[in-house]
Order: sequence, then structure tokens, then C-alpha cells
Amino acid sequence: MDDTTILTMTDIVKEFNGIPALSGVSVDVRRGEVHGICGENGAGKSTLMKVLSGVYPHGSYSGRIDFDGHEVQYRSINDSERDGIVIIHQELALSPYLSIAENIFLGNEIQSRGVIDWDRTNKEAALLLERVGLDENPATRVQDIGVGKQQLVEIAKALAKRVKLLILDEPTAALNDEDSEHLLGLIDQLKDQGITSIIISHKLKEIRRVADRVTVIRDGSTIETIDMAEPDANEGRIIRAMVGRELSSMFPPRAPDIGEEKFRVENWTVHHPVDPSRLVIDDVSFSVRAGEIVGFAGLMGAGRTELAMSIFGRSYGVGISGTVFKDGEKISTRTIDESIRNGIAYTTEDRKRYGLNLIGDIRVNISAAAVSRLAKWGIVDGLQEYQVAEGYRTSMNIKTPSVATLTGRLSGGNQQKVVLSKWLHTHPDVLILDEPTRGIDVGAKYEIYGLINQLAAQGKAVIVISSELPELIGLSDRIYAISEGRITGEVSRADADQETLMHFMTAGKDDVR
Amino acid sequence: MTTTTAQKPASGGRRLRLRVDLRQYGILGALAIIVILFQVLTGGKLLLPANINNLIQQNAYVLILAVGMVIVIIAGHIDLSVGSVVALVGAITAIAIVQWDLPWWGAVVVGLLVGALVGVWQGFWIAFVGIPAFIVTLAGMLLFRGLTLVLLTGGTINALPEGFVAIGKGTLPQPFGTMLGGHDVITLIAAIVVVIAFAASQWRARRKQLSLGLPVEQGGILVLRLVLTSVAVLFFAWLLSAHRGLPIILIILSVLILLYTFVLKRTVFGRHVYAMGGNLFAAQMSGVKTQWVNFFIFVNMGVLAALAGIVTAARAGGAVASAGNMYELDAIAAAFIGGAAVTGGVGTVIGAVIGAMIMGVLNMGLSILSVDSAWQQVIKGFVLLLAVALDVISKRRGPRM
Repeated sequence: MDDTTILTMTDIVKEFNGIPALSGVSVDVRRGEVHGICGENGAGKSTLMKVLSGVYPHGSYSGRIDFDGHEVQYRSINDSERDGIVIIHQELALSPYLSIAENIFLGNEIQSRGVIDWDRTNKEAALLLERVGLDENPATRVQDIGVGKQQLVEIAKALAKRVKLLILDEPTAALNDEDSEHLLGLIDQLKDQGITSIIISHKLKEIRRVADRVTVIRDGSTIETIDMAEPDANEGRIIRAMVGRELSSMFPPRAPDIGEEKFRVENWTVHHPVDPSRLVIDDVSFSVRAGEIVGFAGLMGAGRTELAMSIFGRSYGVGISGTVFKDGEKISTRTIDESIRNGIAYTTEDRKRYGLNLIGDIRVNISAAAVSRLAKWGIVDGLQEYQVAEGYRTSMNIKTPSVATLTGRLSGGNQQKVVLSKWLHTHPDVLILDEPTRGIDVGAKYEIYGLINQLAAQGKAVIVISSELPELIGLSDRIYAISEGRITGEVSRADADQETLMHFMTAGKDDVR
Repeated sequence: MTTTTAQKPASGGRRLRLRVDLRQYGILGALAIIVILFQVLTGGKLLLPANINNLIQQNAYVLILAVGMVIVIIAGHIDLSVGSVVALVGAITAIAIVQWDLPWWGAVVVGLLVGALVGVWQGFWIAFVGIPAFIVTLAGMLLFRGLTLVLLTGGTINALPEGFVAIGKGTLPQPFGTMLGGHDVITLIAAIVVVIAFAASQWRARRKQLSLGLPVEQGGILVLRLVLTSVAVLFFAWLLSAHRGLPIILIILSVLILLYTFVLKRTVFGRHVYAMGGNLFAAQMSGVKTQWVNFFIFVNMGVLAALAGIVTAARAGGAVASAGNMYELDAIAAAFIGGAAVTGGVGTVIGAVIGAMIMGVLNMGLSILSVDSAWQQVIKGFVLLLAVALDVISKRRGPRM
């Protein structure tokens, strides 16, 4: 390794329970450059950074990492920080009730024999704040400053650790335009001061603005490293490298029978629950017809789940406005109960956290969303409940000896079938399925696709949210692309290919219309 | 995971064996061991008829509180205020009888209403304002104890009427007299009816489960279980019947246990309680009105605490401001010893009842042995820690969720 290269990662392979997350990634980062890393959801970007920083210790992966002239074998995040590698995550890790200065030196206190030197701490903090261009008193509590400024505090904290390689994971995802612009400017300044940065981002425009070179990762492998100084290096080139994931599943045959409009949402707007000044969903309108499967494509943080949850009983967000129609009539979805009674069902992307009672058996999980259907005077008819659950166990092919099995003991695919059964038992007309095949094996995926087709064939309106573009293209009659809380494109099945979708999914909000 | 998916699904008439829930039987076994241990240590005094009668009357309050507390705990909360509510309701009921000249049954109604109001108050803060139950009921613990002191102005109210005292201490009359050398006929008949009804209901449940292809326990184990419980019930009834008539409080307790077992197992409300304790988010996303369920859980706890307060005052024959001191801890301990999970979602009424009985037998046995009350607390502390530690450790070893 020559002196112009600060980091080389060679043939990194990392598996989880035998399933490869990284299958031979190689990256080299030059001293003093800004290096972009791009890839779809699940391409392996975060895993790669966790390998680099020692979150996954040496030995749990194979391959070689060289940093600053010699091979390194980090066992923890402390090891990598000692060498000057600092990651700033998308979810900021500051303590809200401590001051800016206290946060900057948290775990790295200026002290003698356990006693903190506050004068020096505040003075050093003020100098660091000047370096990152943040005009705030170091004694201000972190919770009293905005997210954009908090991001700068994180960078000041990294500088306090004498950072050599700064890694920023989706640094502008939570920032407004002004703060984003300031941050990108700061990254340029730090480059002039000799600090190398890796920036992971879905926002290709920003990548083009700051990055000197870009490495694209797809399906756990390095596709190529693009020198952004080359004349043909633009967003289109990056997108072409990002997409093209293999079609890993087969799709059951289906003859769509699409009827009248079933479900329509107009001018849907949602604000962030913690920071109400931030728009999460910005004036979104869409419709689904009876018997139609409509896909929603979007990268992490685009607002797909937020859109679905805000519609379903306003279970996400504040300051929600907009109108929901079913069969042409305006309906209210103000509470989850009301949404269910109006024939809407939503299966969550995180079934273990939001979808199932894992210490309850299959029977009580299936009846959970509509137990009053099985009850008279508040008393549950256990026999009928059993028969209903048993019926779904058979028709959905939930592989378990009886409905008395705890759902926590089922495989991911069978758990998802329980979740689907629960929602079918509410007799919905509109189903919103959020990542319906996440974390389940190929065979179970095929079965879930078959079930989704069946639901459409019964004349229900089906919405599928998925991070896997081949899945969306294989299933959907129509696909909406969503980016930064807005619908940036609508593609019919015939025109849908990964590159087109990715163009829409990475479009900034200024590119709309 | 692989084992469950590998098994064949149940098909017509094939019998599935239910794995024996060792933990549930473990508590019963522990109770039996403790009873036998103290019977030996006390030289047979523990199971004297008068002591059995005392055991029931002295521990009625724990059983009543434990039934409410286990619901609170399944839903993932805690209630620290029940001891103070016991004192407050005891005081108000006594005042209603002595100072307002209400008939004793009218005073009981007033007492239960006060309990419901307490529940409405605490339920409001917990369910609708969103303050953790720990804080709300800690405040309630101070609040209601203080109110009791204000009402009783530091004194006591004595000389409560006989009808009222009978709730805690009385027995049914003995119109059929005694038989077989002084054993109460009604108690013996009641025990036989209970045994037959229990066996019949278990048998019917099993037949229904079999006809549906549900997993059932092995026939031999069922018979063994029925025989053992029947023998135990008849044995205790035999001993108890030698004392006096059937204790009225025993009837009240039996009704409560049956009622709340039904509520938790068979009603929509019970289903929602378990669903919320198992996964609050999933319950919310399934449309469960979690705020109202929480509210009613605390209203119910308030009413049951009031009943415990009435029983306590009746047994003491009067109201004192120090009544019910530390009762909340007895009830919480009973629920946890009886298998309720610290994280919520798991627990049964019958388990809490057995837990309360373990605490009761410990109390009585140690008292008969005249163990210093300071050491009694030390021992009870260890038993609670041991029971919950066993639960936590067995879960860690068990199949991973």
C-alpha cells in the first residue's frame, strides 16, 4: 500500500447464519479524499462500515483491512476510534440533556485523576465549534439545538478524537436544505484540513457534489469505483451500477382482473412526530383499483412506512392532513380501530416488534385484530376461535402441528402467514403489506406471493411496500416511486425496470414534475 | 423452529400430547413441600382444624389482592397503593356504619364504590395522561394512607356490628348438624360437589379438545391430577369441617377465583390484557383500545382492594389507620411466586392464588414456630427472590424466541 492510500479493505466476506451479507467487497480510499459509497437497501453498506469500525470484531469476517500503512484487526469500536476512525450514524448518538461541550468530550473527558477540567473543556469545545462553523455556546443543552446543529456537534466530537477517517452514514437524511448545504460545505473544508471522509448516501446529487470517487456496492459485492472527475461520471452511471440485482425468486403466474377504483388517498401530508417542522410526507396522492396490486418503491428514509402508518389509524406522525376514499366515499381512519372497521389492514415491516405477540399462541394472534367478531357479550367463543384459527392454519399452510404453538417458535415465513391470517380475519377490502417477505426464505416467499395474488383475485386492493425491486416488478400491476416524502414517479408493469425506478427513487424533491 | 415445522400437522383424531408445564406444577409442588415441611416442624400443629380456618381467614386479603394484582402485572404494570386503599376503605366503611348509621350492607356498597373511585382516579392518570403506574400508585400509597389518618384522626373505630364482622370471621350455620364425629355436613357436601364439578369440567374440556384435534395431556396424567386435587380438597375439607361451619370468606374467595379465571381466559377484556402484556405495540396496531383496557384494569384493582379492605376491617372488628400496611408487597409477591412474568404477558389467577397460599402457609408456619417477625421477613424475601430468579433463569435456558 502506497502512501496516497489511507484505507484498503480487501475481499471482505461476512455471513450471518450462513447467509452472506458481504461476499467479497474491496474498497480503497485515498488519503484526503471524500469517498462516496452507494447501493440499494440491503446492499451491504452498513455491514461494511460495521466491519471497518470493529462492531463486528476481527475473526467474525474474513478478508484484510489496512489502515494508515499497516494491517488492523479491530475487536471493538474503541480500537478503531483509537486509530482515528469515527462513524457518525444516521441516528445521532448524543445525550440530549447534556451540554454541547459535555457531549463533545463524552468518554474522552479532559481530566486529571477523574476530575474534569471544565475551563479547558469549554475552551476546547469553543475552538472545535468554530472549526465546524457552529455559532452556539458550548454550555447549551443539546436538546435545545436543531438536528442540523446536532450533526455538527457530532462532527466536533469526532474532531476532538483527532479523527483521520470520518464516516458519515446518510448525514443529510434528517436535515433541511440549508443545513444539508452547510454540512456538505463543511465536508469540503475538512478535506482541505487533510481529513479523509467516507459518505454513504442515497442522495446522488449530494454525492456528485462532494465525492471525489464513488464505490458502488450491490448484493454484498463491489461493482465498481467511479472517479467523479471523469466526464461520464454522473448520477445515471451510478444508478446503472446500483441496480441489476438478480431475480432471486420466481413469481407464480397471475392474470390480473382489475376493476373499479377501490382506494384513493389525496393530498396526504404528514409531519415528523419529534420535529413537527419537518415534512415527512409531502402532498402525496395515489389510488388503487379492485384486484390491483400496487407497489411502493423507495429507499431507506423515503417515507414509505411513514405513509402507510399515518394512513392506518394515524399510527405515525403529527399534523396529518389529507383525505382517504374507499369506493368513492370519504372514510375516516383517525384511529386504528376505525381503520379496521373501514376495511383497511396493515401488516408491519417489523413483525416481531409490531405484528405479533410472540409469547402468545397462533390462535390468539390470529384472533387479535378482530376478537370481537368471535365474541358475544364480551365472552370469546373459544370453539369458534379455534375453528377460525385452524381454518387459516390449513388454508395458509402454516407449518406447525397445531394452533397452540407459540408464534415465537415459528420460522419467519410461518410468522408472516400468521400475521396475514390475523389481518384476513378482519375481512379487509384494502391491504397494505409492508415488506411482506423480509427475512423469510425463498420457498415461503413464493407462497406469500401466491397469497398476495389470491387476495387480488378476490377483488381486494393490495398495496405492497418492498425494498426489493425485482419483487415489486414481479408482483405489481403498477408501481409508485417515492423519495423524500413525495411521489416522484408512477410506472406501469410494462414499463417497469430497475433503472427507471431507481432514477425516480433517487430523485430530489426539486426534480418532481 | 425446525422441530415444530418438521412435525406433521394434526389430522383427524390423532392425539397430540401436551408437554407438561413443569413450572406450573412446580409451584404446586412447592406448596405441598412447604405444607409438609411445616406440618413436621410444628409437630402437626399447622393442619389443626382451627389453624386451617385461621389460615383462610388471615390470608383472605392476600388472595383477593393477588387476583387483581396478577391482572395488573400481566398488563405490564404494578400497583403499590393497594395497602393504603385497604386502610382507606376500611375506615370509610366503619365510619359509614358507626357515624352515618348506614346498615352494614349499605356501608359495604359505599366501600366498594370508594374503591372504584380510587381506581378511576389512578386509571385516569395511568391510562389517559400516560404516567407510569409505578409513580401514580406510589403517590396513591401516600395519598390514601394520609386520607385515612385524616378520617380517623389518629384513633380507631371499634364495635362494628355482628353482620359485618361475619364477612371476615363468620361461618355458615349448621342446620344439618355434624356427622362422623363432629364434622360439618355442609362443608363436606360442598367439597364433594366441588370435586365432582371440577372433574366433570376437566373431562368435558378434554373431550372437546380431543374432538377438535387439539393437544391434550395424557389420560393417565389427567387422572392422576384429578385424583390428587380431589384428595387434597377432600382432605382439607375434612380437617376444616371439624372446626365449625363453612367459612363465609371461603365462599367469597371461591366465587372470585372462578369469576376472574373466566374473565382472563374467556373474555375479550382478558384477551386484550394478555395481548398488551405480550406485545403492547402489536396490540395497539391490532386496534386494541389500550387506554381503556388499562383504565379498567385499575378500576377493577380498586374495587378488589376495597373488598380486601372490607374483609380486613370485618376480621379486625374495626378500622385502624395502620391497616393494610405492606399488603401491596404480599400481593405482588404472590403474583410473581405464582408464575407471573416480570415483563408482563404471562400469569394466571390460579397461579397467583397458589402464590398467595405459599406466602400464607409460610406466615402461619413461622408464627406457630414463634420465629421472630424480623426473620419472617428475611425468609419471605428470599422466597420471592428465588421464585422470580427461577423464572428468569428457566426462560434464559428455554428455546429462544
